[in-house]
Amino acid sequence: MSAPQQRYDGRPRLLSRQAASIAEHMRAVGPLPKSVVPQLIDLVTASGLRGRGGGWFPSGRKMASVFGRDNRYVVVNGMEGEPASGKDKLLLRLAPHLVLDGAELAALAVGADRITVAVHRGTGLAGHVLSAIADRVAAGWGEVEIDVSEPPSRYVSSESTAVAGFVGGGEARPKADSARVSGVDGRPTLVSNVETFAHIALIARYGPNWFRQAGTADAPGTALFTVSGAVRNPGVYELPVGVSGETILRVANGCREPISALLVGGYGGAWIPPTQLHRPFSPEGLAPLGASLGAGIVVALPARTCGLFETVRVASWMAAQTANQCGPCFKGLPAIADDFAMIARDCSRAAYERLRFRLGVVNGRGACAHPDGVVKFVDSALKTFALDIRRHLSGQPCPGGPRVLPIPELPAESEDWR
Amino acid sequence: MTEQLKVDMIACDGHGVCAELVPELIGLDEWGYPVLANAPVPRELRKHARKAVTLCPKLALSLSNR
Ligand code: SF4
Ligand code: SF4
Repeated sequence: MSAPQQRYDGRPRLLSRQAASIAEHMRAVGPLPKSVVPQLIDLVTASGLRGRGGGWFPSGRKMASVFGRDNRYVVVNGMEGEPASGKDKLLLRLAPHLVLDGAELAALAVGADRITVAVHRGTGLAGHVLSAIADRVAAGWGEVEIDVSEPPSRYVSSESTAVAGFVGGGEARPKADSARVSGVDGRPTLVSNVETFAHIALIARYGPNWFRQAGTADAPGTALFTVSGAVRNPGVYELPVGVSGETILRVANGCREPISALLVGGYGGAWIPPTQLHRPFSPEGLAPLGASLGAGIVVALPARTCGLFETVRVASWMAAQTANQCGPCFKGLPAIADDFAMIARDCSRAAYERLRFRLGVVNGRGACAHPDGVVKFVDSALKTFALDIRRHLSGQPCPGGPRVLPIPELPAESEDWR
Repeated sequence: MTEQLKVDMIACDGHGVCAELVPELIGLDEWGYPVLANAPVPRELRKHARKAVTLCPKLALSLSNR
């Protein structure tokens, strides 16, 4: 990097390129830059882009690992299973062609002849994406065949192996094999998040140096944050990775009342105390707290809401979202959620001791990361709400206060995993 | 070359045959599912570990080279 770096101008990149029709899209970003396809994997690697679905895995490396195999497939993961997240749905609505451009370019680069966009059932998104695809076909825009799939709306069905399994005609449950090795119909599959593909579409046009003008050295670029809870203007905001928590709250027009914690990353994420808001919100900046940026979710918890009861609500819902395959998950998560409920509600010290033990036993023992997310979330509650825990354990539970975190209804049994 | 025990938790049904065969390397959690030692299999236990792999009724257990 020799030339002096241009600075990021502070403008949104994804959300400023809204274009519902292909004609508007063409005016906003120009044609599909097919000439860069042979270098695309190198460009994405050089850009330092990391997956925005929650894992923050280096996108270039992921593309390269699929590239070396036969019979490749691309899945755009728009499942957005985190209840407090809204960014992928928003991006698919506002800039579907940016996402589809990224997917087409990635497919051409890894040598895949087929793309499937997976979106949650019952959101109306499928129809929206289908009409965007029809628009492209009519305009002679793309060359890779794209279709849309609607896996059931369960939390773990957003997991890459589950999405790939469903697209291949199977159940939307996580599997032991990585999708990169054995995804859709056993084909090596690049599964990436909606936002990740939109960034790829821009990196292909403006290059890695432009991309790196925003964000941190370890996690360059902007990211979409879904901010909710006690802020005055809840919504989706695009900010450079690494901005402070204070900035994120300020952009959402500040908090309308005192807050006692922030939920960061999602229900598989972590609570952090308000004393940590100065930290850079990047994977590296949050790691010392045992937190991660996850899918860019930030929820400000009002001080009058009991963090313990919120934790119980989420942990119970997450336990019910198990794919019922791995014992430590379908046995362990309900046990953990019950322990926490007994601490919050019944002031049980025995439950507290048992919970601490069980967190250690369950962590890392599922086929997918679902149990680990719950362990991280519950563990962060023990730390962030340590004072409340002490109060509850000494027999002084609080009234609870208003509920804040959204708890979607569980899908009907009949909906099954297909 | 060192070998380590691995379990496919989706396949495992938690009957615990493995823990009886190599208690030195496999414990059971309170629900009966195996907790594996996070360490290579020592030479003197290799035979037992292989036996556990062969006798697992769900073929959930494996030895991986690392
Ligand atoms: S860990 Fe839980 S959610 Fe993940 S595959 Fe196993 S049972 Fe399913
Ligand atoms: S013997 Fe096999 S199925 Fe039984 S507990 Fe051990 S790994 Fe699981």
